[in-house]
Amino acid sequence: MFDKGKVIAGIVIFFVILLIPFWYNAVTGKAGYAPELKPGTDAKECVEKTSFMKEKHTELLTKWKEAVVRNGEREYRASNGKTYVMSLTGTCMGCHTNKEQFCDRCHNYTNVKPYCWDCHNVPKVVKK
Amino acid sequence: MYLLYSLILIVIIILVGYIGAGILGWYTLFSIIAPYFALGVFIVGFIYRIVLWARSPVPFHIPTVCGQQHSLPWIRSDTTESPHTAWGVVSRMALEVLLFRSLFRNDRAEFRQPQRLLYGGNRWLWLGAMVFHWSLLVILLRHLRFFVEPVPGCITFLQYIDGFFQWPLPSFYVTDILIVAALLYLFCRRLFNPQVRHISLLSDYFALLLIGGIAVTGILMRHFYKVDLMEVKRFFLGILSFNPVVPEGIGTIFYIHLFLVSVLLAYFPFSKLMHLGGVFLSPTRNLMNNSRMVRHVNPWDYPVKVHTYEEYEDEFRAAMKEVGLPVEKNE
Repeated sequence: MFDKGKVIAGIVIFFVILLIPFWYNAVTGKAGYAPELKPGTDAKECVEKTSFMKEKHTELLTKWKEAVVRNGEREYRASNGKTYVMSLTGTCMGCHTNKEQFCDRCHNYTNVKPYCWDCHNVPKVVKK
Repeated sequence: MYLLYSLILIVIIILVGYIGAGILGWYTLFSIIAPYFALGVFIVGFIYRIVLWARSPVPFHIPTVCGQQHSLPWIRSDTTESPHTAWGVVSRMALEVLLFRSLFRNDRAEFRQPQRLLYGGNRWLWLGAMVFHWSLLVILLRHLRFFVEPVPGCITFLQYIDGFFQWPLPSFYVTDILIVAALLYLFCRRLFNPQVRHISLLSDYFALLLIGGIAVTGILMRHFYKVDLMEVKRFFLGILSFNPVVPEGIGTIFYIHLFLVSVLLAYFPFSKLMHLGGVFLSPTRNLMNNSRMVRHVNPWDYPVKVHTYEEYEDEFRAAMKEVGLPVEKNE
């Protein structure tokens, strides 16, 4: 092999950079880490099914926002037939009272910075 | 024809991902075995290809430069385009790797009526390549948010800049649009430019379509067929700490995306995509243009047995004199 030193150094540098995800988590001590969620409620059912809420709560909230702000509609008819008031801080956070233990845990984990709180106030956590 | 074959190949790969993970539910195969295997093939294949290249001797001193070579002190030399120092080579390589200097020099020659050969710059390929590669880099870096915990601030910043338009919700990423546009341009160039089409092979179309497929499934996953990101990240952190857990309840689109990436990784070392490593090993770029200062010795030269005229004459002098041939040395 010619220029052995340079070639090996190049390969090593390339793979150290490429494999950042493998060693980074070990260095920070968060290998295999997953946050624990506290829904803050014992209710069995959210506005929609849990799987739907996990994947599409963003869509739902956007729909709510547009319905309320643009059309002045405040009633949401869920697929289970029940009717809810479209309100982030009222309905959602009525059950999920603790933003830090619910909203933020996932959002921080997947590095999502929702701009809900640019306008909305975070309701105070009621100590039970 | 090549185009058709590569299209069929891509469709087959997507269908395999769809049927295997989506319908048959072989999650272990598609989420754990395939990615590990692909990464293994990538690492071994990549090193193998690089070592293979590094083992080939460079018999000639062949930098292709376009600048004045360093010679006499009063002739101004071009230290970047025609480098004679190691730092010159580094700057030349940096210009090539980061800004695609040689593509920027791409010229076009064409016949126009009446029988005139016209030369002109053609920077579109350079632009397409730049947009594609830089978008790809930003997209790869953005993906770190699924792979590392905690996510460093610079990645968050990149994500913020990339999603600057904050529309719709979740915001589209500028690089997503750019990479698809650049891929479309590079693809159409192969399709509609007769010369380029003539030299395009299966692997040319396949690489473009494969990366295009990854980009499109990624965009679909972000904006249309949403998946549970929480579960996605938990899965990746598991697989990255060699403690893989079969993910639960992630949409099929995720498996198709992951399978396409796995195919890309496994295919990478055997394809022209190896220019990622190859660009650093091209002797026309990484050699110094110092042929007037240093003698370039062919590394496979062996000591050649030479028989000089003097030795020849010494050997046959008597016989030469006998038949009356002129000799240089009379004893």
